Parts: sequence; structure tokens; C-alpha cells
Amino acid sequence: MMQCPKCGAPMQTYNRSGVQIEQCSNCRGIFLDYGELESLTRLEAQWMQSAPPPPGPQSYPAGPAWGAAHHGSHGHGPHGHGHKGHHGHHDHRGFGRMLFSS
Amino acid sequence: MPLPDRPAGDPALHRALAVLAGDPAGNGEVVAERADATVVRVGDRVAKAHAPDAEAAPLDVRVRVAAAATYRGVLLPPASSSGTVPLPGGRAGSVWPYGAPVDPDDAAAAPWEAAGELLARLHTAPLPPLAQLPGPLPPMRGPAKALRALTRMRTAPPGAHAAAADAVERAWAVLPPWCRDEERPPEARILCHGDFHLGQLVRHPPPDGPWHLIDVDDLGLGDPAWDLARPACWYAAGLLPPTAWDRFFAAYARTLRTAGAPRASSTLRGLAGPDPWRYLDAPARALTVQSAALGVAKARTEGRSLDEAEEACVAACARIADLFERTERAGRTELPAPQAP
Repeated sequence: MMQCPKCGAPMQTYNRSGVQIEQCSNCRGIFLDYGELESLTRLEAQWMQSAPPPPGPQSYPAGPAWGAAHHGSHGHGPHGHGHKGHHGHHDHRGFGRMLFSS
Repeated sequence: MPLPDRPAGDPALHRALAVLAGDPAGNGEVVAERADATVVRVGDRVAKAHAPDAEAAPLDVRVRVAAAATYRGVLLPPASSSGTVPLPGGRAGSVWPYGAPVDPDDAAAAPWEAAGELLARLHTAPLPPLAQLPGPLPPMRGPAKALRALTRMRTAPPGAHAAAADAVERAWAVLPPWCRDEERPPEARILCHGDFHLGQLVRHPPPDGPWHLIDVDDLGLGDPAWDLARPACWYAAGLLPPTAWDRFFAAYARTLRTAGAPRASSTLRGLAGPDPWRYLDAPARALTVQSAALGVAKARTEGRSLDEAEEACVAACARIADLFERTERAGRTELPAPQAP
């Protein structure tokens, strides 16, 4: 059994997603073999791409595909036709008039 | 003498409306003066002159629908149990209780939840017994007003805003025919308001009674998504904050589900379900086109530039046209659907 290079206590071996990790039973320090850090980084990147799962069984757009981008809002449909630079919300007189007329 | 910037009101009409509203001397306060309506207030009543070209028989049915018990607490009922009355000059008139409107200077205080609930209750209430009405329930006039807006743009003095008008025409061309008033809507068994916006809500009794829907001139059977389409258009055009849209739509969907009425209609079921934009999309596009067309028409007539809200609707029209023209081309040549990146 390996001994911790820092405090000398025995280290225990754990397997995390196929990567061998030694952790000190005393100071909780972790020892990685050559290449193991890269393996963990790769696993993390894969996880980030596949996650987070959307709530519910299926995710639906919260707005139409032709909608303008809202600043700081939740997802708003598949955009991608070059209007990302649109400004946020308008509290100007033009909008006020439109809210109250046919 | 300064020239008025809008057609001067008709004093004889104002007097007739004041008499109708309850002042024998014919004195009242003009609270609205538009091409399609004049409203005069006397105390706790208002009298309305409906649009000069309004069809008399369907309008009479609409006013009587507002009096129906099934819409108590949803539609503000008229002040008299009769329908419309003829005014001197030939226009139809009606009398209503005065209600306190939404403060136009305080859009943040807009009653979005109440609006969503009222529309859902309107859409789910049982229809009034036809025997109590003088004629059949007319169609909701939303698509007709969209077409009218396009016509107004096409007949306004041409020249200015050519690119904007082009975007509006392109977005109009890719709407489903029923949204252009060319066919009956696929869903036409639900009673809809037909022209919902924040000016259509009043508190009654004023100043702090419950909110009611007013202005039944466009009310009738049609697609209930149309009543949500104007806020949906403002939201999609980037004019309405997502929080306001969420408050409005969540209240609507919640009230639908509580009413259990989605069984009655596939559109109501869809609006209460997980993918409401499938049902909102076409009417929201129609209202976007209508708003942009009216903006271009007014800007051309008044010789001014587009305001910020009108610009946002025109920009949305351009995006609609780009998106749907591409989809149509893809459909014609049977190209595979574009791959997600």
C-alpha cells in the first residue's frame, strides 16, 4: 500500500469513472498517476457537453424561432439569424402607445 | 388658429352620445376619439359610437353577448339590457358603465395575471344560449383586422419606408391563409375577444373593483390563440420583458387547466400543454405583421419616421420572412432538415 508523500499515512485507492485515484486516509490529499489528470479533464468536458438535462421529458422553446434576443432571459428558441445584438426592453413612448392600441 | 392634428370630433355626435349616457342637456366628456370609435362619459356611464362601417346585426349580437350571464365577471356588461341603438347619422351606439382603465404611464403596473385569467375564463365559459341572442355568434374579427392593416399600408402615400413595407409584405405572404382572412380558421368554436391589448381592461366598479374586459366590437368565434397573440408578438419582438409575458401566459394556462376545459378544444389543450408556441406562432406572426403594417401606414401618412416599437415589429417581420421563406424553399426542393451545429 502507498504511503502519503505529505504526512506518511496509508493511502487508499478509489476508482472514479475508470481513473485510479489514491487518497490519503489522514490528510485527504489526492495522488494522480501520469495521465490521470488529463483523463479527469476529458471526462469533465464530456459531462459538460451532455449535461445538464432539460427539465421534464422534453424541452420546448420558450418563444418562436424568429423572436428577438432578450437580455438576461431564459432560452428563447433557436436563434442564429444574426439579430443577437438586439437591445433589451423598451419602456419608451412608442411601446407604451402600442400596448394600449389596436 | 392651430390646426388639429386629427379630424375634429363631431359636436352633434358628442351631444347625442352624452344624451345616451344620461345627460338630457347633451354635455359629456369625450374620453376617446378614434376613426373607429367615439366614447363620451357622463358620470358613471359612457356611451360609445361604434365604427361607421360596423355591420349592425353582428355588432348587436356582440353587445348582447357581453350581457350574457355566462360571462359575468369577465366581460363588462352593457348598462342597458338592450343591444345597440341607432344614433343620429346612422352609426350604432351602446351604453356601458364607466370603468377605471390601466394607467398608460405605468406599464409596469399592468395587470398581466388578471388579463391572462380573464382571457382563459372567456375561452372556457359555456357559450350563451343562442335562443337569447338575436342572431348567430359572428366570427372573431382578428384576421379581418390584420388584412385591414395591410390594406391601410398599401393605400398609404407610397415612397417612404420602402424596405420596411417590403419586410411586412414578405412576412404577410408566408402566413397561413386563415391568418390573412382568406379561409376559415381551423378552430372556430371558441368565443374570443378579438382585439386584446392593455386598453381593453377596466376596473369595475372604479377605482379598485375587479378587472373586466371591454370593447366587444371584434368579439366572436375563432382561434383562442389570437387573443394571446398581441402580448406574444410584443414578447417575441423584444418589446415585452420575459417576466411580464410569463406572468400573463402562466396565469392563462393555469386558469385553463383549472377550468378543465381544454377537453373542449385541441387549441386550448395545446395552449395548456408543454408546447404552447406551436399554437401561438402563427397568430403572433399575424399580429407582428399587423402592428408593423399599421406603423408603416401611420408613419407614411404623418410623414414621420418609425418609432422604436414599430421598428422592432418591422425587424421581426424581416426575421419571419427570412426563416419561413427558407423553410418553404427547403420544403419545395425536399432538402433534408438542416443539421443542428
